Amino acid sequence: MSRALYLRHDKLGMGFLMVLCALGVLVPVLNLALPVTSGWHVPTYAMSLMGKYVCYALLAVALDLVWGFCGILSLGHGAFFALGGYCMGMYLMRQIGTRGVYGNPLLPDFMVFLNWKELPLTWFGFSSFGYAMMMVIVVPGALAFVFGWFAFRSRVTGVYLSIITQAMTYAMMLAFFRNDMGFGGNNGLTDFKDILGFNIQAQGTRACLFIASVAALAGCYLLARFMVHSAYGKVLIAIRDAESRSRFLGYRVEHFKLLAFTVSASMAGLAGALYVPQIGIINPSEFAPGNSIEAVIWVAVGGRGTLVGAALGAVLVNFSKTWLTGAMPEVWLFALGALFIVVTLFLPKGIIGTASEMLKNRRDRQTSGQTEEARP
Amino acid sequence: MTTTHHHELTSSLLYLDGVSVSFDGFRALNNLSLTIGAGEMRAIIGPNGAGKTTMMDVMTGKTKPDTGDVLYDGRIDLTRLDEASIAELGIGRKFQKPTVFESQSVEDNIVLSLRGARGAFASLWGWRNRVPQSDIEQILETVGLAAHRKRMAADLSHGQKQWLEIGMLLAQDPKVLLVDEPVAGMTDHETEQTALLLKDIARDHAVIVVEHDMSFVRALACRVICLHEGSVLAEGHIDAVSKDDRVIEVYLGR
Amino acid sequence: MRSRFLTPILAMLALCASAIGMSASASPADEAFAKLASDQFPQIEQGIVDLSAIGTPEAAGVLEALSETKLFYAPDKSLVIKKSEGQLTSPSGAALTEAPAGLKQVRINNRVRRALESALGSLTLISPDPAKRKAAAEAVFKARDPLALPLITQALARESDAGVKDTMLRARAAIVLASSTAPDLERINAVDVLAEKGDQDVLALFSTVKAMAPASVKQAIDTAINAIERRLALLSSVQNALYGLSLGSVLLLAAIGLAITFGVMGIINMAHGEMVMIGAYTTFMVQEVIRARYPALFDWSLLIALPLAFVTAGAVGLVLERSIIRFLYGRPLETLLATWGVSLMLQQAVRSLFGPTNREVGAPAFMSGSVDLFGLTITSGRLWIIVFSLVVFVVLSLVLRATSFGLKMRAVTQNRRMAAAMGIRTPWIDSLTFALGSGIAGIAGVALSQIDNVSPNLGQGYIIDSFMVVVFGGVGNLWGTLVAALTLGVANKFLEPLAGAVLGKIVVLVFIILFIQKRPRGLFALKGRAVEA
Repeated sequence: MSRALYLRHDKLGMGFLMVLCALGVLVPVLNLALPVTSGWHVPTYAMSLMGKYVCYALLAVALDLVWGFCGILSLGHGAFFALGGYCMGMYLMRQIGTRGVYGNPLLPDFMVFLNWKELPLTWFGFSSFGYAMMMVIVVPGALAFVFGWFAFRSRVTGVYLSIITQAMTYAMMLAFFRNDMGFGGNNGLTDFKDILGFNIQAQGTRACLFIASVAALAGCYLLARFMVHSAYGKVLIAIRDAESRSRFLGYRVEHFKLLAFTVSASMAGLAGALYVPQIGIINPSEFAPGNSIEAVIWVAVGGRGTLVGAALGAVLVNFSKTWLTGAMPEVWLFALGALFIVVTLFLPKGIIGTASEMLKNRRDRQTSGQTEEARP
Repeated sequence: MTTTHHHELTSSLLYLDGVSVSFDGFRALNNLSLTIGAGEMRAIIGPNGAGKTTMMDVMTGKTKPDTGDVLYDGRIDLTRLDEASIAELGIGRKFQKPTVFESQSVEDNIVLSLRGARGAFASLWGWRNRVPQSDIEQILETVGLAAHRKRMAADLSHGQKQWLEIGMLLAQDPKVLLVDEPVAGMTDHETEQTALLLKDIARDHAVIVVEHDMSFVRALACRVICLHEGSVLAEGHIDAVSKDDRVIEVYLGR
Repeated sequence: MRSRFLTPILAMLALCASAIGMSASASPADEAFAKLASDQFPQIEQGIVDLSAIGTPEAAGVLEALSETKLFYAPDKSLVIKKSEGQLTSPSGAALTEAPAGLKQVRINNRVRRALESALGSLTLISPDPAKRKAAAEAVFKARDPLALPLITQALARESDAGVKDTMLRARAAIVLASSTAPDLERINAVDVLAEKGDQDVLALFSTVKAMAPASVKQAIDTAINAIERRLALLSSVQNALYGLSLGSVLLLAAIGLAITFGVMGIINMAHGEMVMIGAYTTFMVQEVIRARYPALFDWSLLIALPLAFVTAGAVGLVLERSIIRFLYGRPLETLLATWGVSLMLQQAVRSLFGPTNREVGAPAFMSGSVDLFGLTITSGRLWIIVFSLVVFVVLSLVLRATSFGLKMRAVTQNRRMAAAMGIRTPWIDSLTFALGSGIAGIAGVALSQIDNVSPNLGQGYIIDSFMVVVFGGVGNLWGTLVAALTLGVANKFLEPLAGAVLGKIVVLVFIILFIQKRPRGLFALKGRAVEA
């Protein structure tokens, strides 16, 4: 097709995919095949925790696609993530069937509690896994498309765009807190039982969910990589660096942005959908503006515009979060806040960006040294 | 409509009539009228704030005029189109401050500018990667950057960036080139080269050059328009214009 | 519950006692008291009616005790009143040294309660306390007991307080209107009296009476209902506008500092909300010190807190600008992220210092209570905040327009290089401007501590709203911020009755998001090339 798909020369990308493959195989095997007593056994909770990190990594890759390559600092990706999560949550709620507290075969418990008589139209079709998975992609994508259509066409850029994306997720949070929205209000959706007929708590199901998350991350990474390495990606970067120049060259900037934004939102939705069954709950606090900004710092830490860095940053930051909030909860926000400041001031290219720059500099020095030697 | 008017309309590639633009009470363009025929070259001079850049903004769709007509090819109303559509029609522009895609290679800068389809979806399948190398080669040779094709645009010198941007303009293959201060920051030798290059381009393109460097303008040897306070102060051969009392008063100085 | 088990036993005891110890007949009051000492509701009701006819202070005291469920009776049918401090007295007010055995509460059902209310209403109509008389008249108005008509007419004749008289007139009119025996003309007059200050209660009365009224009365009622509804609609608009103004002034306070840092300087300070929070905590600290050392100064606490909050928040802003923001000029997205980090750290710092819970910030005397404006009640606190926000706005405008600092600041924001060439130390002006914006946020915190919970999360609640206000109003324009804040406040309050509070807020957010698409530079946008540079 194009150079975009040749991975051979991309050591970083190859390495990343190999790590993902290894994770996707090793972790479930170490969890399922080894006895609990074995030192190599991976406990199920740890596997789910890693699954959570992988979902965050996917969200970070999605965010990097628009921020790193197109300069759109979205502070609303948490909304797309949560929407995907809600779509999955609705499917899982429908799977509960008569096993709810009220035993209502049609209505989830919270609707019975609110004295609703029938399923709202928004829930139509969510008993089907296929439809729900389609919605996981379509709903966030559609919201991003509509939002982006207006925003990009009227050339809202930079911080203005960031502020209105933040307002968007804030408005969504307020909306989902309302009981009349029909998505469980405050409490959200929880108490899931089955997914595709398998017990959601079972070790085997957990392993499958983990594998699915890793596969989704690998797939979305390849898709994002394909996009940014194609000619499309070149235009995207051109728009990031000099938007009006791109316009005067005849590119319809809004179309390019819209495509990236929509694809990215769908990826975020997929991440949310995989996150929910592993965590066991989805509620409106996922829409909190703080979550979206936190996702931005994952990308910044790993290195924006590198995709792999975004994933790496997500895992690193979240691992530290798990560890710190356990060991020294009062320190976590200081650490996170300091991370925001230190990365923007001293490490603007992130870990991967800085490392690859250093590598390139060394290589340049070597080659220039060689050419000088070659001269008589 | 008089016959001369009609003639101007149909024969000219760019036609501005009675164009006015104001920002918060400041009149950047004031009833400006001018025409450029196919294959013509014009140099625009004038003091700061005379409306040179605003004129280019109006021609390329960046700024919408308050009043007046801007026609392309005698029939297309440019005031209704956005920048991308105008670029597709064949009006290319070089900015005052060299604007290239800094984080991409010199070659990719040219590739991005080459004439051809510009759709977002199509680009995913890689049309920009399949343009003939010879086209790129030729343009890089013309602007003298063939040896630097793999370098990042950010690493080029100021003059080289100016040339790269001219190269991008060539790659676009427009019918009209709007060139804003192409020799700012260039050495005398580079300035000479640029003048030669622009004259060469002007053989089969319409070219509008905005420049302050009078020796460069003289080297272009074309009709000169002096703008002042948003309208045409004088028009004609460089010698005539530079002897015009009003031009000397407001621009050249005694 | 103990009483539930005891009640049947006590009832039996009481019955025995009353059978044995029937006392000789006494005064009409005593007879009425005896009727109350019963577990038969009709009898109690009769006792109440009798007492209301007697109308002595003693009777009033007993009925009051009954309404407060503090009336008991002993097996010998004597009544006992339990005072709030637990002391027992007889109806005449004589203290009882020890509780008689087998005390039973006089019980009330809904029918009895109605009788009681109307009796109390008519009884207290002649109380020496005007407030009580007014309350009684209101009770009569609600009960519309025809029996109270002579009483209220009597009371009216001797009433001197205009306000109370008004209420009594209404009460009387209500009785007349409700009675089917009154002549039509009188009833129509009553409609007029009621319509004059008609509210929801009058509307309810009208609609109940209308069904059974003769045609002429009905017509009068219909006209009156129309008039009242029109007036109420107007009143509710005024109320919405006033509440909207109040909300708008809060938004203005929260956003006005941002109008400087973001609007004028273009710095995205996500820690702006925390500057407000710092101001609120400064107020808390000031009040703590005052409470501990100088309690007499408490009413001045907010005034003392104002300069301190300005200095504290301003100092934090200055440090923030010098240590972080100045390295990020020209990189707005990075500034956004770094200041978000600062906001997290400030929140956590305050949480560590003061704890995660809400801290109590008291209101000085002049800010507590409420004010009656055209029949609308608005708390003085809210009113003061409206005034205060406007004062802050005016002072800030003057500082920007009329001081040399303001002049330099505007020079720097309009043309930095030129200003530098004129000898203005631009970095210094940047720092001071940012400190000014932060300090004003701190001042806002003093005011907002009066209406919001002072907690580490205080600032988070305002940050999005503040940005919305500044963006909506147009960057670099104080007037725009004022208009935007008040518009959004009023719009919010007018939407609330239609859509509910949350949905109203969502609608406003969505509106702003759409508005920015249409006019990316806000309501009062600057145009031209200078903006795009």
